[in-house]
Amino acid sequence: MLAILTYPQYVPVSPGWPHLADDRSLRFHTKKPLLVPSLQSNDFELFDVPVQFAQDSASLDARWKELQREAHPDKFAVQGVASQRLAMQWSVRINEAYQRLKNPLKRATYLCELRGAPIEAESNTAMPADFLIQQMQWREALDDAKGLEGLEEIANQANTSKREQLSKIEHLLDSAKDFAAAAQQVRALMFIERFGSEVDARIDSLGQ
Amino acid sequence: MALLQISEPGQTPNPHQRRIAVGIDLGTTHSLVASVRNGVAECLPDAQGHVLLPSVVRYGLDAGGAVTRQIGFDALAAQVVDPENTIASVKRLMGRGMQDIASRAQLPYQLIDKPGMVAVQTIAGEKSPVEVSADILATLRYRAEDTFNDDVFGAVITVPAYFDDAQRQATKDAAQLAGINVLRLINEPTAAAIAYGLDNASEGVYAIYDLGGGTFDISILRLTQGVFEVVATGGDSALGGDDYDRALVEWVLVKAGLAADTLTAGDKAALLQAARTCKEALSATDSVAFSVRLARANVQFDMKAADFEAATASLTQRTLTAVRKALRDAQMGKDDIEGVVLVGGSTRMPQVRRAVASFFGREPLTNLNPDEVVALGAAVSANQLAGNQSDSELLLLDVIPLSLGIETMGGLVERIVPRNQTIPTAMAQDFTTYQDGQTALALHVVQGERDLVADCRSLARFELRGIPPMVAGAARIRVTFTVDADGLLSVSAKEQGSGVEAGIDVKPSYGLSDDDIARMLQESFSTAQQDVKARALAEARVDADRMLLATRSALDADADLLAPEERVEIDRLMAELAGVRPQVEAAQIEAAIKALAAGTENFAAQRMNRGIRLALAGKNIATV
Repeated sequence: MLAILTYPQYVPVSPGWPHLADDRSLRFHTKKPLLVPSLQSNDFELFDVPVQFAQDSASLDARWKELQREAHPDKFAVQGVASQRLAMQWSVRINEAYQRLKNPLKRATYLCELRGAPIEAESNTAMPADFLIQQMQWREALDDAKGLEGLEEIANQANTSKREQLSKIEHLLDSAKDFAAAAQQVRALMFIERFGSEVDARIDSLGQ
Repeated sequence: MALLQISEPGQTPNPHQRRIAVGIDLGTTHSLVASVRNGVAECLPDAQGHVLLPSVVRYGLDAGGAVTRQIGFDALAAQVVDPENTIASVKRLMGRGMQDIASRAQLPYQLIDKPGMVAVQTIAGEKSPVEVSADILATLRYRAEDTFNDDVFGAVITVPAYFDDAQRQATKDAAQLAGINVLRLINEPTAAAIAYGLDNASEGVYAIYDLGGGTFDISILRLTQGVFEVVATGGDSALGGDDYDRALVEWVLVKAGLAADTLTAGDKAALLQAARTCKEALSATDSVAFSVRLARANVQFDMKAADFEAATASLTQRTLTAVRKALRDAQMGKDDIEGVVLVGGSTRMPQVRRAVASFFGREPLTNLNPDEVVALGAAVSANQLAGNQSDSELLLLDVIPLSLGIETMGGLVERIVPRNQTIPTAMAQDFTTYQDGQTALALHVVQGERDLVADCRSLARFELRGIPPMVAGAARIRVTFTVDADGLLSVSAKEQGSGVEAGIDVKPSYGLSDDDIARMLQESFSTAQQDVKARALAEARVDADRMLLATRSALDADADLLAPEERVEIDRLMAELAGVRPQVEAAQIEAAIKALAAGTENFAAQRMNRGIRLALAGKNIATV
């Protein structure tokens, strides 16, 4: 039974972009130290938002569009290959950060790593017994479920559980600052999300 | 040109040097070219006043054995008399192999199975779909150049959102062959949304339902202050008005008791043309005479709209299935959609309009001409990309329509870039060796949504060699997929420990090699018609002037970025270019331009990085 509880893999993209301009290039323009993002800035710095789990989704959306407006390769369409390539690196980096900040699971994973508590999903599979029992019950329910109504009931349960899990994670990361404990809860959230997507796939396969 | 021209917002670099930029809708049945003139996008007519160019090319040989071409209406008229050499709907063959083309039995011309992409056998030799498309594109380019009496600086070419990497690359190759500088490939529904969005100053979430001659696209877009964000896209790159014609032909054959294998090539072409005329007439009336003269029989009867609707209901249903899937991908319901836009000539069919209206529970928007709207949107985008409108608020954030992945053990697909990911994007996945001492890894790149490699489209194969021998599972091979803003893919692989690398632009395995392109360029219509040498020299001098001007202004602004020896080298290269400019050999001037471009590449990149970083920092302050 436990064999099916495999972790989804998250391999972060760490673009090995060349560091083309060091901060020397900005010294004539900056009067006081201000946050000048570079390709190496972390997601939060790039988006100029507080380094915390709680984020306002609408302002992330707006910020994403503002940043793309400045860096999208389309802005540099007439400026040759080198410029296009560099604009694409920025644009890719902004999209990557946006995807990670927007998705609560990815954001929590990233924040744990930044705070020195990596998730290490592959090597760290120890989960509390009651959590595993609940997972098994869900899976049995999914196996037995017939028809759209049954599946939607299970999907609702998984959603509720996901929301509870997210508020636990938010508390651990932003208030308690217990990053190791947060990482443990993020691992649990991975199981819940995977289960949720399996339920969705079953609903999809009913063809509506 | 490698150097950056950073200009103040709202100002073009040189107001007198307006660049001619066009939008081209390269359609299955018709193609169009549009441009922004006096601030308004409009389609450009040919000398006879036609805006639509039938996407049909007829090849022949003259008395001297030279290749002749008829393109557009002349070719369309020749379809029945010379079906073997008259190629229509070539868009359906772009980037497609023989096994991809379901309807080949009904095609009047002969296809040749070639690796990656089919070709058509004509009296003038084998014609790649890329060459046929290039002939159509070149015709539109000349139309634009005649209209403006000037060279076209660049074009935005539209493709169905659902086109995969092979189809996109083939389209870009065709443009290159037609001598067109491609500013961008953009998706047809996005182009339509631009035309509608700017027209109606709309905000909110829109569904663009685009049923063309040979392709169906559905895109869900969010419009906010000039940003066109594609949330999800879906469709079928082999479903369009042509299929309605074919369904009608099949219905007719059954009714007339004729077997398909008794028909001649001319019969097939005549039947398809009659079906199309009948279909178009049925958009305005309930019943129309269907009449066609075949080699062995005459077919004549009254065709009723209800019968046509019934004969094609399954096609309309297929489009709605794709719409449902796109809404699911967007995690939206029908109620979230603020407007539905109909695009493509095939949306004139009343049964399609009814089906869409009843699905969404609202009347779709049709106030722009469905044939023209894509080209108009593309023209707006081209005008902006060419730098004619640098204060424009337009920003396109498009997505990749189909997932990209690589083959893993057991013929399974490991997905690396999921569909509907915003582009440009780079995503990576780590893999490892499965045998002790394994020193090479074969990578097979595929595109599609299915789990089995056999059910996906194969894009490329390449190998990573020179991995140091290690025990199985010890190597860490990071495979990175990079998709640019045009939706084109490049793949690289790197063993993390040893740094061994391999990379590939996904093009050569299915598309055309650079040699192929060079050969076709020599033979092509676009180069045959002009004095190549004089033009090359004039272009080289203009490029030299532009390059020198750009370098000087870049130095004025940002010379502090350069180390003294870099500055000396750039000054030397500039003097050299200025020295050769009066020469009559274009190649000599081009070489000096290239040298200056290479010598300033790092400078340009540093300037640009400074520009972007300061712009982003400025945004930070502005929004805090």
